[in-house]
Amino acid sequence: MQILKPATAGTLESSDLMVTLEPGNGGIELSLTSSVMNQYGRQIKKTVLETLERLEVKDAKVTVVDKGALDCTIKARVECAVFRANDASAENIPWGGVIV
Amino acid sequence: MIPRPKPERFRLRRTMIFMSSQKPGLIKDAYIYGVDSIMLDLEDAVAENQKDAARFSLYHALKTIDYGDTEVIVRINGLDTPHWKEDIRVCVAGGADGIRIAKCESAQDVKTVEEHVLAAEREFGVEEGRTLLMAALESPKGILNAYEICSASDRMFGVAISGGDFRKCMQTKFTPDGVDMMVARGQMLIAARAAGVQCFDTVFTNLNDEEGYRAEVLQNKAMGFDGKSLINPKQIRLVHELFAPTEKEITQAEKIVRAYREQSAAGVGVFTVDGKMIDIAFIPGAERTLKLARACGLYEGDLV
Repeated sequence: MQILKPATAGTLESSDLMVTLEPGNGGIELSLTSSVMNQYGRQIKKTVLETLERLEVKDAKVTVVDKGALDCTIKARVECAVFRANDASAENIPWGGVIV
Repeated sequence: MIPRPKPERFRLRRTMIFMSSQKPGLIKDAYIYGVDSIMLDLEDAVAENQKDAARFSLYHALKTIDYGDTEVIVRINGLDTPHWKEDIRVCVAGGADGIRIAKCESAQDVKTVEEHVLAAEREFGVEEGRTLLMAALESPKGILNAYEICSASDRMFGVAISGGDFRKCMQTKFTPDGVDMMVARGQMLIAARAAGVQCFDTVFTNLNDEEGYRAEVLQNKAMGFDGKSLINPKQIRLVHELFAPTEKEITQAEKIVRAYREQSAAGVGVFTVDGKMIDIAFIPGAERTLKLARACGLYEGDLV
């Protein structure tokens, strides 16, 4: 999927994260801050990048502010932001397809 | 992925706690409280512009988190909103045990939801008939149509009254003795029993009024409710405590069932236990007490 317009998903509450997507400059450019950076920084980054790859997002500026979210929450927020960036988040989501 | 066992239509549901599907901090560990059912909410607890995000969050929670024996129900948005169809798709795809229909007013509402649930079960390859339904009655019309709602589908396991909306429609407010909702609760209970489904009371919203809460739970039990909707984990214990049969009730029920089996084998229909007349009409109640006691971990005998 492409990032057609800027989109965000999530909050800055504990156990959540805020994902912001903007159209990129020919690649994935990830900026990550996390309250658990030292312990889980690499894991969070991996989950974010895997989710983007699964959704075939290849060109985006991605800003993630994490507040100790579980992997399942990271996936949910990244996916929601990508679908929002396509105005496609409201219905006919491919549950069990690319959303797994 | 966590495979959930096939939902049971009739199981112990003393407590059902609301949790916003939009709040990861809440839904990630909702199973630790020992509540019978959790109600992940897509409706009022989720702001209008976050309905989409709540579904993504719900889907992954359903697929990832092991809720164990805790039943997982999802409250979907009302049929007068643009959200409910996608709500049903995500519930079924994620494998929720059941769906709570908000603001249900007629058998047709139940049938409409059932139709979309069946379509979603086919779309996502989920066993047909797996997803259970319950209805929230929130308006005078819902209460008046309670029986047709309760008996509208084989998937229906129960109904709950929703006090906030109901009082708003009736132009009343909360009263400590429950007189504001007495008739509605009673009518819903009669309808539920007539249709053979379970019946749940509304939430008690003043977390600081412990005495008032206890009084309402006791009244719920006396009226014959199966359980209560809750808003806070600290409300769980009292319901489990007060809904559990007492030791005396358990002993009495055991005596009645045992005596009935012996007497009826000997051809006797009516007899006395501890000076009280007993006939077949008492048996289902006694057996239910023992089943409830077993479910609460208070009975280990072999009569039920």
